[in-house]
Amino acid sequence: MSVLIFVETTEGKPKPSSLEAVGYGAKVAEMLGTQAVALVLGEAQELEKLGNYGASKVLHVADSRLNTGVIQAYSSAIAQAVEKENASVLVLAKSSLGDAVAARVAGRLKAGLASNVVDLPNLSNGFVVKRSIYTGKAFANTAINSERKILAIKKNVYPVTPTSNIATVETFIPTLNDNDFVAKVTNTEKSTGTISLPEANIVVSGGRGLKGPENWGMIEELARVLGAATGCSKPVSDLHWRPHHEHVGQTGVKVSPNLYIAIGISGAIQHLAGVNSSKCIVVINSDPEAPFFQAADYGIVGDAFKVVPKLIEAAKKL
Amino acid sequence: MKILVCITHVPDTTTKIKFTADGTKLDSTGVQFVIGPYDDYALSRAVELKEQFGATVTVLNVGTAETEPSIRKALALGCDDAIRIDAEPTDAFFVAEQIAHICKQNNYDLILMGRESIDFNGGQVHGIVGELLGIPSFSPVMKLDIEGNIAKMAREIEGGKEYLEAPLPLVLGCQEPIAEWKIPNMRGIMSAKSKPLRVIPPTNPQELTKSLSFELPPPKGACKMIPADEAEKLIELLRTEAKVL
Ligand SMILES: Cc1cc2nc3c(=O)[nH]c(=O)nc-3n(C[C@H](O)[C@H](O)[C@H](O)COP(=O)(O)OP(=O)(O)OC[C@H]3O[C@@H](n4cnc5c(N)ncnc54)[C@H](O)[C@@H]3O)c2cc1C
Ligand SMILES: Nc1ncnc2c1ncn2[C@@H]1O[C@H](COP(=O)(O)O)[C@@H](O)[C@H]1O
Repeated sequence: MSVLIFVETTEGKPKPSSLEAVGYGAKVAEMLGTQAVALVLGEAQELEKLGNYGASKVLHVADSRLNTGVIQAYSSAIAQAVEKENASVLVLAKSSLGDAVAARVAGRLKAGLASNVVDLPNLSNGFVVKRSIYTGKAFANTAINSERKILAIKKNVYPVTPTSNIATVETFIPTLNDNDFVAKVTNTEKSTGTISLPEANIVVSGGRGLKGPENWGMIEELARVLGAATGCSKPVSDLHWRPHHEHVGQTGVKVSPNLYIAIGISGAIQHLAGVNSSKCIVVINSDPEAPFFQAADYGIVGDAFKVVPKLIEAAKKL
Repeated sequence: MKILVCITHVPDTTTKIKFTADGTKLDSTGVQFVIGPYDDYALSRAVELKEQFGATVTVLNVGTAETEPSIRKALALGCDDAIRIDAEPTDAFFVAEQIAHICKQNNYDLILMGRESIDFNGGQVHGIVGELLGIPSFSPVMKLDIEGNIAKMAREIEGGKEYLEAPLPLVLGCQEPIAEWKIPNMRGIMSAKSKPLRVIPPTNPQELTKSLSFELPPPKGACKMIPADEAEKLIELLRTEAKVL
């Protein structure tokens, strides 16, 4: 038996959310009295360091066809690794790739899948996980009754402190056939040099209160000094002031950072749905009646054009 | 071309979620149920493809009789016929098996779904169906064009987009801006009443997960207000009090 953790990489390095998944998986392995095995697909470096996060072994599929996330091929490789390691639990971090792959692996292995898991499983009576539902408005305690279980975890549910442990690395060659590669990725457009919104520990987000795209300079500046990603409300991306992948909420990206700073956003229920699992929420709005204040930990009633420059100055001194 | 669109019947996004006193069920008093917003994108794109290629569009829901207003709305938007699998949709695998079963009998070229249901937010059903049918599945798809037997798509990824090509048949989880949301017109609403809706019992009712209880997040503490002319103090509080900087 074992717990297998699928580790997603960008440019050959594990994503931070996947490192958290390894820590979570290692804890689940400990609870089950077994070992944690990390699985990495495609060319990657320094794999033994996944031991720092609790993996005792790393399975590496060094197939360059897997350098881009081909959903079917990934699912096939992961399902085969689950069988090879006789894993009772597969853990992965939620992402556009992780979600798509988890579902296919669940279909193939007839494994019960719980998504948006926010805590360690409760093993006192079966295998019960707490997951976020209704877009963060509630939680369900869900029993997974199948022999094999898949958990897709939300960001920030199990912070890990790395150790100096080193994992053994083993090469694994799954059987991939042409059918796994029928879909072709023809091009990828990705903003580089910025912090990825779902991975960010801090998010600075702007709404229609900022009046126009020309005013995003101060939002980007505040994000830069705080080491944050930038986000926005839906009307802002609908108006093409900001790219679609920055829009946060019910129909956009769901974030759960340590700190979410909302500037000139009213706090409509659909926006809150995407941010309500943030650890700390700051709201800056000129209207003291803005509903967002009710969901906030800290608030400033004021004009964003006066307040934000002050915050930038103060943050520069950190 | 034959298209299947799978829709959910879910509480409207503005709903304040409440559960029954014993915490085992949604308290649906006063809740307005709608077609899932992502499913609406799938429906709208299907209707556009119907206009473009003369496709037939079937709408499917796994649910109890309470979901029929949403099914009729989908018919009013331009779907040709409907199937309701008469069962409580409590587990993604169970729902996916029902959908896959219908697909095996019908050879759809495209199976369109929403990126995720907004009640359980699993984002799972399309991937499971793809695997059960042995065909590709993609989500979240924000652009879809059909050229001959090939679908050309854009999928949203963190910080950008991925462009993809794959041969039909395919299962796709849709999101904006794949299509403009449509509103049914009077003619659509009238004709929907006479369009066929088949109700069929579920096959092989096997559930892999079961939700035992539900809970709401703990109430939020009061918001600490900082005067605008002392805004810089916020940064200090975030560092020393909230410990998030
Ligand atoms: C099905 C559905 C799904 C949706 N999904 C989403 C979603 O995913 N994400 C999302 O964000 N929305 C979503 N919406 C839209 C949502 O209902 C709101 O319309 C939207 O969030 C409002 O955006 P906003 O707060 O930027 O704009 P507004 O509501 O216009 O608010 C602007 C705010 O800026 C403040 N302001 C103005 N000037 C200043 C100033 N100088 N300084 C400081 N503050 C100022 C105002 O007081 C106001 O509170 C959805 C809606 C529907 C129906
Ligand atoms: N009960 C259901 N009936 C029909 N389609 C469904 C049902 N549940 C989910 N789906 C489809 O699968 C998509 C993803 O749902 P989920 O995996 O629950 O997030 C939804 O947007 C629907 O298109």
